[in-house]
Amino acid sequence: MNGLSYWQLLTLVAPETIVALTAIVVLGVDLLVMREEPLRNRFRIGAAFAALGCLAAIVWLFTLNLPSHALGADIALPMLKGMFVDDPLVRLVKVALLGLTIFTIIISMESSFTDHVGEYLALILLAAVGMMFLVAAEDILMIFISLELTSLSLYILTAFNKQNVKSAEAALKYFLFGGMSAAFTLFGLSLVYGLSGSTELREIGAKLNQPVLDPLLVAAIVMTVIGFGFKVAAVPFHLWAPDAYQGAPTPSAAFIASGSKVASFFIFAKVMMFGFSHASGSGAWHDYVPGWLPVLGILAAFSMLLGNLTAIAQSNVKRLLAYSAIAHGGYALLGILANGPQGVTALIYYVVTYGVTVLGAFAVVGVVEERAGDARLSDFAGLGRREPILAFCMMIFMLSLAGIPPLAGFFGKFYLFTAAVGGAKNLGLLWLVIFAIAMSAVSLYYYLQVLKQIYVVPAPGENRIVAAPISTRIIIALLAVVVLLLGCAPDLIVGPLLAAIQFAGFQ
Amino acid sequence: MLAWTVYISFIGVLALMLVPAGQARAARGIALLTAVAGFLLGLVSAFAYQPTAGIMTIVQKPWIPGLHIDFFLAADGISITLVLLTGLAAIVGILFSWNVEHRTKEFFAFYLALIGGVYGVFLSFDLFLLFVFYELAIIPKYFLIAIWGSTNKEYGAMKLALYSFIGSAMVLIGIIAAYVVSGAHSMNLLELAKYPYPASFQYWAFPLVFVGFAILAGLWPFHTWAPTGHVAAPTAASMLLAGVVMKLGAYGALRVAMTLFPLGLEAWRNEIAVLAVIGIVYGAMVALVQKDFKFVIGYSSVSHMGFVLLGLMTLSSIGLSGAVLQMFSHGIIAGLLFGVVGRMVYDRTHTRELPLLEGMNLSRALPFAAGTFAVAAFASMGLPGFSGFPAEMSVLIGAWRTFPTFAVLAGLGILIGVAYTLLVLQKSFFGDAAPTPEVPAHPLPPITVPERIGAVILLATTLLIGLYPKLLLDLIVPSFNSPLFEALRNEALRKGGIL
Repeated sequence: MNGLSYWQLLTLVAPETIVALTAIVVLGVDLLVMREEPLRNRFRIGAAFAALGCLAAIVWLFTLNLPSHALGADIALPMLKGMFVDDPLVRLVKVALLGLTIFTIIISMESSFTDHVGEYLALILLAAVGMMFLVAAEDILMIFISLELTSLSLYILTAFNKQNVKSAEAALKYFLFGGMSAAFTLFGLSLVYGLSGSTELREIGAKLNQPVLDPLLVAAIVMTVIGFGFKVAAVPFHLWAPDAYQGAPTPSAAFIASGSKVASFFIFAKVMMFGFSHASGSGAWHDYVPGWLPVLGILAAFSMLLGNLTAIAQSNVKRLLAYSAIAHGGYALLGILANGPQGVTALIYYVVTYGVTVLGAFAVVGVVEERAGDARLSDFAGLGRREPILAFCMMIFMLSLAGIPPLAGFFGKFYLFTAAVGGAKNLGLLWLVIFAIAMSAVSLYYYLQVLKQIYVVPAPGENRIVAAPISTRIIIALLAVVVLLLGCAPDLIVGPLLAAIQFAGFQ
Repeated sequence: MLAWTVYISFIGVLALMLVPAGQARAARGIALLTAVAGFLLGLVSAFAYQPTAGIMTIVQKPWIPGLHIDFFLAADGISITLVLLTGLAAIVGILFSWNVEHRTKEFFAFYLALIGGVYGVFLSFDLFLLFVFYELAIIPKYFLIAIWGSTNKEYGAMKLALYSFIGSAMVLIGIIAAYVVSGAHSMNLLELAKYPYPASFQYWAFPLVFVGFAILAGLWPFHTWAPTGHVAAPTAASMLLAGVVMKLGAYGALRVAMTLFPLGLEAWRNEIAVLAVIGIVYGAMVALVQKDFKFVIGYSSVSHMGFVLLGLMTLSSIGLSGAVLQMFSHGIIAGLLFGVVGRMVYDRTHTRELPLLEGMNLSRALPFAAGTFAVAAFASMGLPGFSGFPAEMSVLIGAWRTFPTFAVLAGLGILIGVAYTLLVLQKSFFGDAAPTPEVPAHPLPPITVPERIGAVILLATTLLIGLYPKLLLDLIVPSFNSPLFEALRNEALRKGGIL
């Protein structure tokens, strides 16, 4: 290898390597040493290993010096190009992903839905590795491979509850839709390669600069958007989401809703903004120019509309969260529509805080489900009396999702909307932002329905004691604190993001 | 120091959360202590404040530097007036909820959270911060009504929450647009008020933001949350809703919509004045025919808040000052009326139906309540000597100069107001049914000490301001000379006004 030894390569991808090795260790330890241990111990020890591995990767990400090229100096790594990008922004996103992974692991620690502990934890870690590579990729080949690694792990994670037929059904649905979307993505990307002769996003962007849209390019863009639309569950490619969320074991659903969302949105933004930088068009009011912006604008509008309206009709909290996730996907698309550094910052802040919030919400749902056997709205009745702390945390999560200050969800929306309005000239995207704000007012209704069950409706019959495991309680409380803290001091994330984004080359 | 009104309220919320369950007395004590401390802080600041100094900065620190958002608390005479109102309403509301036994500590925790949010709105001079506090106040209202309310409480609570949220969504659109158009350099109200927004922009941004806020002030035809919400709410919450929360809306309309978009205001002034007058007359007429005691007061609030909005539209010094004085005055009087209806009467008789109350001879059973209500009713009618008189008079004088027809119509509203107030007074307490020989099976419990104290505080305040309005006017009037209102003043001047 000219200029880059394997050792250098290994140090460059050290965080990913650490996590991958941890996956193997967890798998091995569980299979070889702990077969005879009780399930609870196996889960605890395995989860401890897994979480420590992620933590080590985070520490590494913070301590490892950035290669000089990432800070603006023009010394490109000859072999890597877009295969593996290492800049401050990517690192921040990776840290966020690893954080979400750790939370997911701790939430699953007390589960009893499977006795394949090693495999379960290893798959979570492998999915995390996939996501880490995904966010670091600016090369369509690499993007596709990491996307597949992530997706395959997530399909299996969805199917992991073997006692529940719904879990299998959900996984099959998720898998079939995911496979389709992969085909679309691949087809789109191959057209892109054919048109540009390059696999590197920025080169592609520079080459695809005809003033008039080539029909082939249109096909490529549409295919790619469809592919990623499936990943982020944008309407009309959302059909898998409600079933997958409801059927999957709760920690898996939480991971799909949080980590996978963060990575997918980030890479979606990169592909669009770098790869198709000259074909953006405009979705502004009275200023329509064909391109991917108007397409995304319509996807965003439909996601918000359908997600929010359908969520109102749900009686199962997991499904409600799934439809709300579709709606939130619609809001997040505004960050890509803003088509600039502010938009990307807002997008990352939004999806990361959304990930934290929804993880917490799923953790609470998991606790309720464990006792009641299901997660219907009525199963939450009286939670405020039985479990004041859990209920209070759930209130924070729900209100953050609804966008009530001073919680993270509020600032996230505010920032996204501001970026979107500022992103197009003459307030061109205001129509979409107005729509988003109106829909967000609708969403308060169903989040309040959940809170009404928790605080207003008395518990039916006997007071069942919900004894949530202590680790779950701590993690839920911690997540609630994070949501509150990031809402009161958004600068904790926004500051570093704004500092990092200038090296990432978004214009 | 004023900033501590906000902090102390939230500290009170935290303290209440730590109180062990079942300790109702401790919860009440903490709540009352917090409210009193907040009021005293406001009072001391009011004396320390020099009205000529204009806007007094309390705290200004960068909050989200990446977006140029500051944690900027400040006060002028208008803020201080409303902070005092909030303090009084908070104290009396707690005194009137002394009998809340169901989930006491949660009740007061939500109550203080609402109070904290309200203080925050009145003191924020950063638009983002103001909006944060404004929305923060929505959720406690929902729970206060949904958990502790009566008649149709879940419906009333949800309606109130959604109306508020839709209003604030409209405001949010306006804020974001205003922020982006001005170049996204600052959210500071003083800075934004200096920015010359293009007339075409103001033309749509003004009604959006103004109406968004005014929904909460009971602007007709968006007032329907008010009667249902007030009726469903527990006593303290309806006192706060009518006494303070409706003022949030009027305050936001004045502080944000009018200062930022004076050209838009000019374009929409007549239309909004029409809505305000309709609100005055319509609210009064609907109040005339209500059977439920609380609905009468609820619609009377819509009518009285119409005066505030009409006063704002006069764009004259006297009209605007009258509007702010009316906010204060109505806050006190409505609080008193709701207190009498909700706590003194409903909690004892368990009915609010006027025909039923008519036969109960309440003036004999509850002489103190009858006396309080009679005096409050006079104050509400705008009799000289009570705070309503200088306030509504100033508004009418201001309106007379700008829109004489509307002033006449609003005067008509006052007349109807006299009619329904006297009617409800007569029906509720002085029903002329012959005293029934048999004593009621359960003699009504006597009025408690906390209720008496609360009623006396509010009565004294309305009397004090009625006899000596200068106390507050000295705070309010100079406020309109601050740089914040410069664009508004220029606009008024251009139209031959005299602000």
